Amino acid sequence: MIPIARHSVLRAARSQLQPTRKLSQPASSALARLLSTLAVLEQRNGKLESSSLSAIAAAQKLGGSVTGFIAGSGVKGTSAAEAAKIKGIEKVLAVDNDAYEKGLPENYAPLLVENIKKGEFTHVVAGHSAFGKSLLPRVAALLDVQQISDITGIESEDTFVRPIYAGNAILTVQSTDNVKVITVRGTAFQDVEAEGGSAEVVDGADPNVPAMTEWVSEELAKSERPELATATRVVSGGRGLKSKEEFDRIMLPLADSLGAAIGASRAAVDSGFADNSLQVGQTGKNVAPQLYLCAGISGAIQHLAGMKDSKVIAAINKDPEAPIFQIADVGLVGDLFDKVPELTEKVKSA
Amino acid sequence: MSGLRILVPVKRVIDYAIKPRINKAQTGVETAGVKHSLNPFDELSIEEAVRLRERKGPIKVEDILALSAGGPKCPDVLRTAMAMGADRAFHIDVPEKGDGGPEPLTIAKMLQAVVKEQNVNLVLLGKQAIDGDQGQTGQMLAGLLGWPQATQASKVDIKDEAGTVEITHEVDGGVETLRAKLPIVITTDLRLNEPRYASLPNIMKAKKKPLEKKTLADLGVEDTRRLKTLKVTEPAPRKGGGKVEDVDGLVSKLKELGAL
Repeated sequence: MIPIARHSVLRAARSQLQPTRKLSQPASSALARLLSTLAVLEQRNGKLESSSLSAIAAAQKLGGSVTGFIAGSGVKGTSAAEAAKIKGIEKVLAVDNDAYEKGLPENYAPLLVENIKKGEFTHVVAGHSAFGKSLLPRVAALLDVQQISDITGIESEDTFVRPIYAGNAILTVQSTDNVKVITVRGTAFQDVEAEGGSAEVVDGADPNVPAMTEWVSEELAKSERPELATATRVVSGGRGLKSKEEFDRIMLPLADSLGAAIGASRAAVDSGFADNSLQVGQTGKNVAPQLYLCAGISGAIQHLAGMKDSKVIAAINKDPEAPIFQIADVGLVGDLFDKVPELTEKVKSA
Repeated sequence: MSGLRILVPVKRVIDYAIKPRINKAQTGVETAGVKHSLNPFDELSIEEAVRLRERKGPIKVEDILALSAGGPKCPDVLRTAMAMGADRAFHIDVPEKGDGGPEPLTIAKMLQAVVKEQNVNLVLLGKQAIDGDQGQTGQMLAGLLGWPQATQASKVDIKDEAGTVEITHEVDGGVETLRAKLPIVITTDLRLNEPRYASLPNIMKAKKKPLEKKTLADLGVEDTRRLKTLKVTEPAPRKGGGKVEDVDGLVSKLKELGAL
């Protein structure tokens, strides 16, 4: 209970120091000294995942000190060392223990809670990836705080912006909790300098809570292409592709010619044209590439939720009334079976 | 393990096909006179509970309890759940204030109380409600109960009488399989199943199934809000840039926009 008391003292101190603080001015210097953020880093086989970088980017935006947290098999020599080089991280807490390698929330959440309490962090940030989504709410409940999910903006140390209703409304919320537990949308927080830092790697606390869940196996879709969530170009296909064979025949060469990742609408995934992990939308992935080129996608609101922050949207669809054309920067009305291969050829020869 | 006692929490939300409108005061989304239905992910969890009964696995399903917290229209979605096969329902009466209802942490505490009171050993929840898009309640409940959790499940398999469960769930880049023991909290992904339509006879039968009304206070939970809504606004509008005639036009426009 002591850390909680300490937090409320800190809160009181902060509000005394900053009685007229405006919401739009994050982290003035007095505030920054008291604010300390734990960025929960995700790793796979000793490599940092891209969600880790967005967690760090958001943590840096909060102002205040940033500590990285990482756990897994032999992480000290691998992902923790990688994180220590990231500019702006002051310290990396590393817990070397095979028990945390798969990030199972049943033992990872108590591990995090122990480290959050011990380090008296005011903010805990993780990427809104499958790992962060599964883990952080459990952590928040154990700390008795209300989590703020999938934020796209930080207005101040306690005020955050997040989309609701599949991105059809933007909510600004102020948290009254002592510890802010947050997941961040990767596409909204980027630009971390991977070099130039020299953080100290120290051992985190390890409560060794046994896991109640056993990891059995995984099946990952293998691909040489860029990762969907972070690709600068995405080509995406929908129901209009008609079959898996046609999807592969039409979309893969286009993706290759552009060096793009492949995405799909829910209709295409449900019909078995593409793997589940490629789904873009409210219930799939959020992407915000430089170019989002879609073919045979009508543009249902659930799909738009996942891609409307793309810089340039191009659409090929045979229905001139398709909603996708209302938001596309460039639209081409036509049969995708003619137009996409023609486009592929022209991109190749350009 | 004597039998499966399943709790299926459901939420009444604005229908997924409707584009929500933000109210003039910028405090929330207009809900009056707007079509509402059962949260799509919750349909999947009811369907899965009913299928567990129909599959006749190693553990018999003893009870399927549907529950919803909210205003006076909540019984509508609870009747739907019972028409799909839930045995009974709890309506936790929470006055509508146009603020999106209690926060996930409050709901999780409420569910924790119901789990204990009703001796539940499996909770099936949707992975997220399509209004708040938070995706927290199941994980919070598992944390509070100290139970294992499996989020975004695409397959649930009860292996033996001892209550071993294998769950395949969606992760970034593919799927992962986990094994745990009952009791457990599972959240559903769209791939889990295809929810059935309630038939007319079943809708009639559902009217006779027991629906109990309770309050948060009955369950010893207070509706405290930790997050204050400062405003709700429209997303930055995006305007279509018009159409081009042919592929050449498309390529040159993309070059002009710096995307190629």
